[in-house]
Amino acid sequence: MKTIKEKKSRILFQCINYTILIVCMIVALYPVLYVLAASLSSYAFLAQGKVGIIPMGFNLEAYKRVLAYPMIGRSYMNTIFYTASGTLISLLMSILGAYPLSRRYFPGKNFLTKLVVIAMLFSAGMIPTFLVVRELGMYNTVWAILLPTAVSSFNLIILKTFFEQIPYEMEESAALDGCNHLQTLFIIILPLAIPGLVTVGLFYAVYQWNSYFPAMIYLRDRELVPIQIVLRDIVIQNQTTDLAVDLVNGADQVSESIKYATIMVATIPIMLVYPFVQKYFIKGVMIGSVKG
Amino acid sequence: MQNTPASTTPKVKLNKAPGKNPNKKSRKWKSLKYSYPLLLMFFPVFVYYLVFRYIPLIGAFIISIKKYQPALGLIGSKWVGFEYFQQFLNSVFFWRLIRNTLAINFFQLLLGFTAPIILALLLNELGSSKFKRLVQSVTYLPNFISSVVVVGIVVVFLSPTTGLVNSVISRLGMEKVNFLTEPSYFWLIYTFMVIWQTTGYNAIIYLASLTGISPELYEASNIDGAGRWKQLWHITLPGISPTIVILLLIRLGNLLEVGYESIILLYNPSVYSTADVISTYVYRRGILNGDYSFASAVGFFQSVIALILIIAANKLAKKYTDTSLW
Repeated sequence: MKTIKEKKSRILFQCINYTILIVCMIVALYPVLYVLAASLSSYAFLAQGKVGIIPMGFNLEAYKRVLAYPMIGRSYMNTIFYTASGTLISLLMSILGAYPLSRRYFPGKNFLTKLVVIAMLFSAGMIPTFLVVRELGMYNTVWAILLPTAVSSFNLIILKTFFEQIPYEMEESAALDGCNHLQTLFIIILPLAIPGLVTVGLFYAVYQWNSYFPAMIYLRDRELVPIQIVLRDIVIQNQTTDLAVDLVNGADQVSESIKYATIMVATIPIMLVYPFVQKYFIKGVMIGSVKG
Repeated sequence: MQNTPASTTPKVKLNKAPGKNPNKKSRKWKSLKYSYPLLLMFFPVFVYYLVFRYIPLIGAFIISIKKYQPALGLIGSKWVGFEYFQQFLNSVFFWRLIRNTLAINFFQLLLGFTAPIILALLLNELGSSKFKRLVQSVTYLPNFISSVVVVGIVVVFLSPTTGLVNSVISRLGMEKVNFLTEPSYFWLIYTFMVIWQTTGYNAIIYLASLTGISPELYEASNIDGAGRWKQLWHITLPGISPTIVILLLIRLGNLLEVGYESIILLYNPSVYSTADVISTYVYRRGILNGDYSFASAVGFFQSVIALILIIAANKLAKKYTDTSLW
């Protein structure tokens, strides 16, 4: 008797559970789908609020405007440069930091691990960091984007965990074969830690792709800014006049779709890559959280 | 700049680490031989932490007790003691900034901290299914969208002319609201934005700790006749409580920080009365106005409070639970 009753309430519970979770997914996806639909819709439908997740009055005018705007192309290339070189520098630095900390015998291991962890708990102030960057002559150079945020303690700890999972015997036998540390690292450890490198590399890449704050405070030169800054100017600060000025319909009408199209242009690469790499992200967070 | 030590490290090591005579030399010499290349390898990372993390941390205090003028340099600038701290404590903005910072945090703790726990518990009930993984990846997605885009979406959604929310409101026959210039809405808008962005991410952390609970505990309690709710109270929640405590502690350490990067994007002068927090004030005074010393004093004040909070919270956590950060 009891089991039947229990089974019934269990089924009821799972139904509610599935419903809630489906709602969660809709809430997570809806804004993105709406922006996509709105970017492809004509202004008439947008103004009436008729656009849902299906484009109404399909047209690519907004995208044509956005892609024809020289600042978009320029800043897009900058973002690609910052993402590629930033990820490389960050990965290299994290490997150099994580490998020694993951070894069994390493003098100062505890102290240096604390150095890394404390920096994760307390961020240095905005102003002193700004002044240090300026004193180093990095202000308004690409180095201000690449170096001050080069190492993330969280990612370093994730990588260290991946290295630690490789059996110590591997290092031992490599040493017996006459490998020094660098050879051990590159020939033995790194190939075995590829999932870890991919995870951490992706975290760094997404960070660089999405970051705007360092660019906002360190870069004066418009030629150097990443796409996120241009996106902010267009979408949040409403500087759409450059883009829409010579349009027959008047600036105001396209400017709304232009905002949506700009958002999509800056976000599409992440959307395209995400389904294939999300398992690394999930694994990375799980490892980082268990350790950190 | 930082690459130079990194690229010289390999050469040194390739020449100097023979690794051929293992047992002959004394232990100490051997361990030095072993660890020397490792120290060299770590050196660039050490320099990074020193230059970009610890020097600014200490420098913050020195700048804030001097009247820093870039032309004179830090050493040449005049000492002013705690003048800037006093100036901040007496300023008209002080209580407003404290109130806003605490209020935003309160909402985030209340809603933003519990939402991922609930999501993780619901997901955990699914066992291991494809659906579970699907929900996980979909709810995690917003975390990878840049804060500029997220704020941008909020701005276009709430736009008084073409925004989705207002077109629904006007269709319901109510008056349109300009949400982003109305101070009373800011805390809620910001809280929901952060929840949308971070819930999936944080849920994964709890899921990781949920999978760590031994299934035997559930089996044993099944035999004892414990129902689902009892299991939740006596096994599941105690099982993830260390994670909850740790995340809460980290949260407290960053309490005064709040997500200033998105607030700077989202706010505007008409909502400063509720949206301005300590970090955004530091940004405006320091970066925009160039009052480096004053802004550093405010920032340093914030760090000290954060430090006190995290130490106190850690003490409490140690006393009442078995978990603590150190």
